[in-house]
Amino acid sequence: MGESIVVTSGKGGVGKSTTTANVGTALALAGKKVVMIDTDIGLRNLDVLMGLENRIVYDIVDVIEKKCRVQQALIKDKRCDELYLLPAAQTKDKSALTSNHLRWLVSELKEEFDYVIIDCPAGIESGFQNAIAGADQAIVVTTPENASIRDADRVIGLLEKEDMPTPKLVINRLKTQMVKEGGMMAIDEVVSVLAIDLLGVVPDDEQVIRAGNDGEPIVWERSCLSGKAYRNISKRIMGEMVPLLVLEPDSSLLIRMKRWLGFA
Amino acid sequence: MGKVMKPYVTIKGTKDGLLFYFDDSCPYSEILEELTHKLEHNQALWEGPDTKIRIKLGSRQITSEEEHSLRDIFSQKKNLVIYGIESEGKPHLIESEMGITTLSGTVRSGQVLTHIGDLLFLGDVNPGGSIQASGSIYVMGALRGLAHAGMQGDERAIISASVFKPTQLRVADVISRPPDEWTEFDSTMRFAHVVDGQISVERMNHFCQIRPDREWKEVQRSYRSL
Repeated sequence: MGESIVVTSGKGGVGKSTTTANVGTALALAGKKVVMIDTDIGLRNLDVLMGLENRIVYDIVDVIEKKCRVQQALIKDKRCDELYLLPAAQTKDKSALTSNHLRWLVSELKEEFDYVIIDCPAGIESGFQNAIAGADQAIVVTTPENASIRDADRVIGLLEKEDMPTPKLVINRLKTQMVKEGGMMAIDEVVSVLAIDLLGVVPDDEQVIRAGNDGEPIVWERSCLSGKAYRNISKRIMGEMVPLLVLEPDSSLLIRMKRWLGFA
Repeated sequence: MGKVMKPYVTIKGTKDGLLFYFDDSCPYSEILEELTHKLEHNQALWEGPDTKIRIKLGSRQITSEEEHSLRDIFSQKKNLVIYGIESEGKPHLIESEMGITTLSGTVRSGQVLTHIGDLLFLGDVNPGGSIQASGSIYVMGALRGLAHAGMQGDERAIISASVFKPTQLRVADVISRPPDEWTEFDSTMRFAHVVDGQISVERMNHFCQIRPDREWKEVQRSYRSL
């Protein structure tokens, strides 16, 4: 029996799908059997981030409407053998699903997979309610901005009403330099406002966008700091104790050596 | 024996509703009895559009339980809406010594914590969340959202918080938005109260100057040396 985790945020554009794609891939790389469900009906993009758009034949609504079996709709990842995606429908809207559908679907997938990761749509309406219906736990993604934190706080309040443990927090797109200059909230401030456990911090990184455009999640980049952040998050999900990343590329040995030699 | 009883409940019509005067010398239970009687009879009198009700308690103060039973009686008539309960020159509720309630948790964005009486809240009130009480509000934690003390009109209510960073403050009908210079004092504990129809925020140690009746006094004891 696997575990189902919903990735949600309230506000749009903070990196729910990116987090889903990367955490899913990282868990699969660690040898787990993972399926990702995109519940953003009508605005699907998890398949794009994974580079699997051209392989979609059936989608989640087809499964619910019994037009196909669950197995038929699952798309295997390009590189990982144990990673699957259940894409959202692009031509339907959110009313095509109900929370009972999701509850059934997730419990069905949990039989077979170690982790079922549910990518939640933005907002707190029916799409959100459906997405959280089948989840055992929740990950709330936020950026260190007031608007995003406000929405994350609202979502945490809603999740606390559900019958699930307190959600975990992922702070995305942290700009260390901006925090230093006082233009962005520091990790501690965000955590003290939201008052939930921190699962991980992902630094702001252009490579994430580049990787997303190429349909290759950033966790494949061994050397990349944000990829490492996602790998750490997945380790913490699996119950390992991993210290928080030092998000200061300046302090890396290579750069210090370069500076010492006068190159940087 | 044609003893003419002076009614305990007198009702007067005004421009914007009805005024209920309660006698303040008789037992409270008799007022409730008479009120129930008056509302149950004369059915025709109470029919009609929504009417604002103000209740004058005279010099009497009531407990929040007594207020509840009063509101229960009025709730039978849906068109009678209680707009205010007043005692002469003081809040209508008796502040009993045990009257403070302790609650804890986090009031998050979109959530509203409403309480009748004084409230001690152990936890944070986040931006977008609001905490309301008919009495005073004491937050042991960060107040970052909206706080409304004296919800039912008690201007003597105060709001205090360990970390005082509210988005908005309300005491009774007075509304205040923190001016920008408030960000200066983020670490110390503050309280807000109403002075001359405006909300003023001060350090906690000024409180006894505003409410000298609440100040504790050291009891002078004479110790006998053995």
